[in-house]
Amino acid sequence: MAGRIVIDMERCKGCGLCITVCPKSNIVVASDSNKSGYFPAQAQNRECTACTRCAVICPEGIIEVLLEEPDRVRIVATAARRDTPRMVEEKR
Amino acid sequence: MKTQFKRTPVLKDCPTHYCPGCGHGIAHRLLAEVIEELGIQDRTIGIAPVGCAVLAYNYLDVDMIEVAHGRAPAVATGMKRCNPDRIIFSYQGDGDLAAIGTAEIIHAAHRAEQLTVIFINNAVFGMTGGQMAPTTVLGQVTATTPEGRQSHGEGYPLQVSELLALLPGAIYVERCALSNVPRIRQAKAAMKHAFELQMQGAPGLSLVEILSPCPTYWRMSPSDAMQWIEDHMSKVFPLGRLKDMEKDER
Repeated sequence: MAGRIVIDMERCKGCGLCITVCPKSNIVVASDSNKSGYFPAQAQNRECTACTRCAVICPEGIIEVLLEEPDRVRIVATAARRDTPRMVEEKR
Repeated sequence: MKTQFKRTPVLKDCPTHYCPGCGHGIAHRLLAEVIEELGIQDRTIGIAPVGCAVLAYNYLDVDMIEVAHGRAPAVATGMKRCNPDRIIFSYQGDGDLAAIGTAEIIHAAHRAEQLTVIFINNAVFGMTGGQMAPTTVLGQVTATTPEGRQSHGEGYPLQVSELLALLPGAIYVERCALSNVPRIRQAKAAMKHAFELQMQGAPGLSLVEILSPCPTYWRMSPSDAMQWIEDHMSKVFPLGRLKDMEKDER
């Protein structure tokens, strides 16, 4: 399961609170400023777990948090040998 | 992809005028989320304060009015008495509630008006340039206390929530902070409880004080301001539930 955040960078004021609360250091300060002249927060989306901490502390309310739903896993075949059960996963 | 967190529609989709890192934005969002979750958007009337949050009516998608400085509890009294089925809340800062509006809030609580008051305490007058407020903590440097607030001459920080908790007409008083994520969630739960009490017709005033950062006039970075609440402000203004008549009776 992986999370993803979407930051409205044009509306971000660059306060950096989301950066301080992210447990995975997933958010950085952008290298370019936005139209208002602030250096906004930028999501890396590498190890996001969709914990929503950044969105809860964001004073502008401009962070949306998405969570990838786990693909349904179905057992389609098991190995013949009983002592070493193996599952073959099929992703839908 | 499943949405875990999205901006509530009760908070209008427009940029705010607040400084970067200001707690008002967080408090507005919590308020909007609570109103949405309780499903009271259509019958809620809010009162915007005089202070930094004077334009709160531009951001919250509920009926709102603007009243004279500090007089929100007085106007809210009239609104609630004329429209008992409406949910009335006032959103006030520390300059509004603890300075010019002290008489109004104390008497509204004294009369046990069925109101919900959201009290944002950031320890300075933010709108006018960071002057000392009654809630400024001792030693804090502001525009009018360049040497830091001294108890002789400028007095002690005013603890409005403790004052109000003594009154029988105040049924619920809680102090929260916006200094980190768990505290923000706690603040939301407190706000929700305050609104629920009014919806149930509980006989009295409910007040939630929120310690909120003002990085601009505390002259700190937003993250340092959050830490300053934890290290200094919450020592003077201890967090927690000061009064809950419902729970205390049980």
